[in-house]
Amino acid sequence: MKFFSLALRRFTAALPALFIILSGLFLLLQLAPGDTVDALVAQVGGGDPTMIEELRKYYALDQSTSTRLGDYLWRLVHLDLGQSAIYAKPVAEVIIERLPATLLLMGSALALAIFFGMTLGILAARRVNRWPDSLISTLGLVCYAMPSFWFGLMGIFVFAVWLAWLPAGGFGTVGAGLTGVAKWLDIVWYLVLPTVTLALMFLAVYLRIMRASMLEVMTLDFVRTARAKGLSANRVLVRHVLRNALLPLVTLIGLQAGTMLGGSVVIETVFALPGLGRLAYESVVQRDLNTLLGIVFVSALLVIAINFIVDLLYARLDPRINASH
Amino acid sequence: MELSRRQWLLSSGAAMASMLVPRSVFAQQGAGGAPIKGGTLTVHLGSEQRILNPALRASTGVYIVTSKIIEALVDLDADSKPVPVLATSWSSTPDGKTVTFKLRKGVKWHDGKPFTSADVQYNALELWKKHLNFSTALQLYLEAVDTPDEHTAIFRYSRPIPLDLLLRALADLGYVVPRHVFEGTNVLENPVNNAPIGTGPFKFVEYQRGQYIIAERNPDYWREGQPYLDRIVWRIITDKSAGAAAIESGQIQLSTYSSLSLPDIDRLRKNPKFSVKSKGLEANQYNNTLEFNFRNKIIADIRVRRAIVHSINVPFFIENFLYGQGRPATGLIPSASTAFYPEGSKQPYPYDVARANALLDEAGYKRDAKGQRFALRLVHINNGEDVPLFATFIQQSLAEVGIKVDIGNYDIAGALSAVYKEHNFDIATGWHQYRGDPAVSTTVWVRSGSPDGAPWTNQYGWKSEKVDKLIDDAASEIDPAKRRQLYAQLVKDVNEELPLWFATEREFYSVITKNVHNDHNTARWSSSSWHDTWVAA
Repeated sequence: MKFFSLALRRFTAALPALFIILSGLFLLLQLAPGDTVDALVAQVGGGDPTMIEELRKYYALDQSTSTRLGDYLWRLVHLDLGQSAIYAKPVAEVIIERLPATLLLMGSALALAIFFGMTLGILAARRVNRWPDSLISTLGLVCYAMPSFWFGLMGIFVFAVWLAWLPAGGFGTVGAGLTGVAKWLDIVWYLVLPTVTLALMFLAVYLRIMRASMLEVMTLDFVRTARAKGLSANRVLVRHVLRNALLPLVTLIGLQAGTMLGGSVVIETVFALPGLGRLAYESVVQRDLNTLLGIVFVSALLVIAINFIVDLLYARLDPRINASH
Repeated sequence: MELSRRQWLLSSGAAMASMLVPRSVFAQQGAGGAPIKGGTLTVHLGSEQRILNPALRASTGVYIVTSKIIEALVDLDADSKPVPVLATSWSSTPDGKTVTFKLRKGVKWHDGKPFTSADVQYNALELWKKHLNFSTALQLYLEAVDTPDEHTAIFRYSRPIPLDLLLRALADLGYVVPRHVFEGTNVLENPVNNAPIGTGPFKFVEYQRGQYIIAERNPDYWREGQPYLDRIVWRIITDKSAGAAAIESGQIQLSTYSSLSLPDIDRLRKNPKFSVKSKGLEANQYNNTLEFNFRNKIIADIRVRRAIVHSINVPFFIENFLYGQGRPATGLIPSASTAFYPEGSKQPYPYDVARANALLDEAGYKRDAKGQRFALRLVHINNGEDVPLFATFIQQSLAEVGIKVDIGNYDIAGALSAVYKEHNFDIATGWHQYRGDPAVSTTVWVRSGSPDGAPWTNQYGWKSEKVDKLIDDAASEIDPAKRRQLYAQLVKDVNEELPLWFATEREFYSVITKNVHNDHNTARWSSSSWHDTWVAA
């Protein structure tokens, strides 16, 4: 019960922020030159005045900005995200179609990055300034410096085109009629390359943070005390150092949850995945205001939720922090 | 000309073929390379369309998918001549105001209802005349469509319309969707727009947004024994490099209308697994353009416009930036449009820096201490990967003659708005697409009177009564020879006055794996129905 009242309080506190974000974005997009009809005409390679005028009316672009903003917010109060201009169906439906791919990609990439980032960070910290540390740190630097689109394309070239081990892109075999476990395995098969690509950059960051904070905590007094008590090196590392060193990492993950939603645009484009990032990009290019605002709304909710979870985790890791504050 | 594999097999006879081709392959293809039934063709779709209805949206992106499901009254053959599809024959009265179409009998919509002249009447009056881009201008003078019986449709125009123009245009702008599905609904919101129903060789199955579209064989198709393919899958891959990887790894077999990047097309040309073809796409041509804003006093001087054109080395650009894919243009009409291209045309203002400098001096724009004459703002309309390249090329070329160019960066919607609505540019560059007849989408680039905000029309603040009259006369001239003459005059006048300049003329390219047959056998193959296309195993 405490959990729910806490969650509700957090959400209520976030409402004004949501309102400001959505209205601000709406107004900001009015400043972008060109509207969704321009984008449509650009896509079909030409229109004529009759068609253009009719479409402006159809998309309600002939009305004033304030009227449209008012309409939008009023609909939002009724939990109606409006109609997507690109897909000619409700925005909520469009987003729900795209959410699984993004969450799956994000979740697995995050898990992969955290696991290997932590392990490698700890290894590097234990063997600081010796060859394993140098090797791991160099690898981390290389991964961090490499643009993810380039890494993705090289991955496709080596593993899909050259070796033919993995598919070049997509979200499952088209029209294979798979069901149940076979269908999931098929999707996993398609997600291997994009997940690894997306994870690598985050892994590099986590690794470096983990290594640095481990090293810092190792110099603290209580670690020395623990060692002096005669605890084994591994026990000190896991029970005393790791637990405290995790706090910066957890903070960073919370902060990066938003980046990861956006950061997957490139990966989704290169691997032709039907995710939210690509949808957002497409909505900007096509000036599909409703869809874009809808994505921002959903992303904001996700970020709020993730930060809530991070706060709860803090309290678990360090009892001195009280989550209800 | 090289013989295709199929032609070679046919001409050299089965005996010789069987000696050279492994036995198993030969057996699969049937004697002499006869089509085999079955199989899937997977096609690259570079951008997702908002709706899949070619009677509402004219665009190659829409046709790549829908032309397999929905058919037009006519199509074009390999020589760009109109051939019957849903219309079996046509005739025009001597005054050019009445065109009669006889329609095919025994054709059924995918939902089982019969196709009749009432469908054609509804499409022409309610969709082609009211909604379809390019078509609202084409059908502007369409007054009525009479349907004396179920298989005759008589189009009545208030002004003469050239039959060759109408038929050529109807291959693109004459797709027929079922009346009983659209009538009485808001046509723009009809869900069938994204689950198309037609009379074509393939039936729509599924559209997964952002992923793929599937269509499968229509067993009741009116062409006996066709189509050969079991299904067609379109995979949506927006990244050009990813598209190249998909075709190289065998995920797709065809990428058309230049959906891959120029370097990749050039690279795949050398790969023996693929054919790179422009023949089969010649119904659509395009140009790199340069448009001038006459509201700027400097630009309004013809000497300045000519100097600008003289200072740009088009052959160099084509050779080094376009991988040699293209030719310098000679005017509004590309040389591939043999019905209208004025014979023996030359580049009107070839590369000549000395001449450019002389013209600018003569116009009174002397170089200042820094060697600069004046500055211009260039907006590039990014509808192709080489547009920013050409913009930079213009910038550097003009710097040579003392004109400083500032490039305004917009995405495409922004650029269209800046150039065609707000007229916030001095010079602009982008692509022009030529669709077989100058009256379809080319003459609007120079005809005055387009309202502000209509993209790819004359928004240069330039008007010529003479040119306007030529365009109007040509659009209702029913004698082909006279029409050709009028357009030759138009090309000459526009080159003289230079309200805009076409730098290059180019073709689209397809990359296709060699196991696909009966491909690129019409002038607009990628936009045709693929009823006779087949794949070898």
